[in-house]
Order: sequence, then structure tokens, then C-alpha cells
Amino acid sequence: MVLRKLCVGGLRQAVLGIAALLAIAAIPPSARAEEPSVKIDNFTFNPPTLTIAAGTTVTWKNEDDIPHTVASTTKAFKSKALDTDDSYTFTFTTPGVYEYFCSLHPHMTGKIVVEAKTGSN
Amino acid sequence: MTSEHDNHDPSRRKVLECMTWAGTGVLWTIAGGVPTAMGIIDQAIAAEAKGLTFLQISDSHVGFDKPANPNALGTLEEAIGRVKALPVKPAFMIHTGDITHLSKPKEFDDADQMISQARLDVHYVPGEHDILDEEVKLYRERYGRGAMGAGWYSFDANGVHFIGLVNVTNLKAGGLGNLGDEQLAWLEADLKGRTASTPIVVFAHIPLWVVYRDWGWGTEDGGRALDMLKRFGSVTVLNGHIHQVMQKVEGNVTFHTAQSTAFPQPVPGTAPSPGPMKVADDKLRTLLGITNVTFKQGEQRLAIVDQPLQS
Repeated sequence: MVLRKLCVGGLRQAVLGIAALLAIAAIPPSARAEEPSVKIDNFTFNPPTLTIAAGTTVTWKNEDDIPHTVASTTKAFKSKALDTDDSYTFTFTTPGVYEYFCSLHPHMTGKIVVEAKTGSN
Repeated sequence: MTSEHDNHDPSRRKVLECMTWAGTGVLWTIAGGVPTAMGIIDQAIAAEAKGLTFLQISDSHVGFDKPANPNALGTLEEAIGRVKALPVKPAFMIHTGDITHLSKPKEFDDADQMISQARLDVHYVPGEHDILDEEVKLYRERYGRGAMGAGWYSFDANGVHFIGLVNVTNLKAGGLGNLGDEQLAWLEADLKGRTASTPIVVFAHIPLWVVYRDWGWGTEDGGRALDMLKRFGSVTVLNGHIHQVMQKVEGNVTFHTAQSTAFPQPVPGTAPSPGPMKVADDKLRTLLGITNVTFKQGEQRLAIVDQPLQS
């Protein structure tokens, strides 16, 4: 039992390792510096809350069959209507909590938490 | 079978607060706002109707090309074919919004070209898909002439007062459809001085009552509009947006939503989201359709008949 478990675990790790390598290879060099993104799918923003450091650019991508928008509740930012596979980016320079929603389907809500940059990091 | 005084019996009213889902032809006969008959029917009812007959189409989503229906313009054409084949020519048509999928000029052009083949006057209200340009310019230029605000208005036909409302603009985060103070003030003024016996038909894109809050299927301040309509003996509220037939009766108010001519959406709570529902190809046309409404003069009766593209 123990042996079998180890084997399965080892195999899983190996698969994950290969997948990770493939994933890295597939990302263009410019995107490697971890660009946070929000997926729009099934009439939801995913993740619903995203925490980032000031100065970070966030990309929203619509993967639904229906157009959506990304609209700040304080009008700090607003995308055009995003059709399937369309993206929208916004760079958050000032720390704070930014609530947003889809202006077409307002029950869809999300939040970006922008934290101050931590000195040397 | 059902006598007039039942209108005022609160216990009966309570019983009638029901909701029905139906995919095939459903007939409502309404006396003083309360249904006296309900059942599956065919086109024969429309043929014997005397008085005002009008048609509702909704959610044509011209430009939609996803798996749930790769040819929304094609099914709109079939719907218009159904309109042309009606045994009694309707007096006019109302379109309860989402004419286009992405508010593109070509989508509006294609929709116009197709719908005009019915050779009927069409009274429109916008859906959220028709106002994707921020200023609502494209919609207003085509359909909003003479209308107020983002496109609300009223008119009279055969003694029935029709009110087209807009509940898809200035939506608030976390909320539902929205009429807004300006439109509600206009509605109050529009209804003022009208006798309670005037039959009222209200049409708007998103249901005026809350069908399903989790999916945003309702109008936040719809209750304020309905309060103003309470004193009228016969009120019919026609909506779209949810791409399925749903009916409800509350007091003298009958609520009805129409099928789409483009794609079906799931029954509330039966899917992770309200997105377009992919069904078997041979089933699609049973879930799309048009709605025929008849008002029989003198009897204060309204009959609502949903007709799928394929039964």
C-alpha cells in the first residue's frame, strides 16, 4: 500500500513537473513576469477578489458566450463591451480597494485590492 | 366558470400567485386581470378573435453565432415567416429588446431588413445588448425618435394603453434591472387621469418582477411601477430577457415573458449560469418562438398565445 501510494505520488509529481515546464515554454518572454488575470466565465469574475501590488496591470478575459463589461463602481475604469475571447487591461497605480461589476449583468461583481509596494521587494 | 366577483376574493388571488413554465402553446384568457381559462391551444383561437391582436417578438440577438444557435438571423427569419402566416393579421408588433447581440450597425441593419418583411409597425424597447455603445446612440437613432430618455414612451390602440419602458440602463453593482426616478416620474404622469377601467399593457426587456435574483432576472425598482398600476382593472406586463415562457398572476396584473427567436436559456437554478443553452439541433426550434396577444373589445379580455417555431 505504502509503496503504491509513493509510486502514484511520484508519477503525479513528474507529470506536474513536465506540465509546468511546458507551461513556462508556452508563455512568451514578455508575459513571464507574472501578470495577474481575471477570467470571466459563467457570468462570474474569477477570482472574485484579486490582491496585487501597486503598479500592476490586470487583464480580464471574457470566456463566456455573452458579452460582458468590467466597470468600476466609482467610474475609475470601464471597459467596452467584451465579446467572447476579448480582453481588457488596466494598470492600478494607487493602493486601495477597487470594486467593479458588469454594467450589463450587474449581479456580476468583483474586487481588486491594490497594496502599497513593499520597499526593497 | 369563474365569475367576476372572484377578482376581489383575496384567497383566490393568493391561489393564483403561481408560476408556470411551458414550452408549447399556452392560452390565457383574462377577465378583469384574472385568468378564467388556461390551456394548450392552437391557431384557431387567433382566427376567431375579434378586436385587437398584436404580436410580441423578443431577443432576436442578430449577430449571435455561438454553438447554442450558429444562425440567429436564420431563426429570426423563421419567426417572421410564422408572423406572415398568422390567420389574423396583427395590428402591430412589439419587440421586447436584444434586437442585436453586440449593437453593431450591421446587426441592426440585418434585423431591420428581416423584421420589416412582416410588414407591420413595430414598437421597440431596448435590451442590454442594444445599448453597448455608451451613449445609446445607435438604438435611439433607429427606434427612439419621439421617445423619452433612453427610449420609453406610450401609445394607445383600440382603447388599450401601451407603455414601453427601459430597464437596462444605469444599472447598479450587485443590482437588477433599473427604471430610475426620471422614468418613474414620467410613468406616474402618464397614468394620471386615466380611468381604472383602461386596459394597460406594459412592456420592457428585463422582467419587471423578480424572477430569479441570483441571475439578475428582475427589476430593482419594478415594484414602484407596479404600485402605480395597482388601481387598474387589467394590467398585462410583457417582458423578454430570460428566453423562456414564464407566467405569473398577482391581483389584476398578469406577467408574461416571451421566448427568444435566437437561443434558449436555462430554467432558473438548473445551470451554473444563465448563459445560452445548447440543446439538440432538433429541439432548438421547440424552444424558440413568438407570442400572439389578443384583446377582445368590451370583454376586457386578453389572450396570450405562445407559438414555438416548431411544435
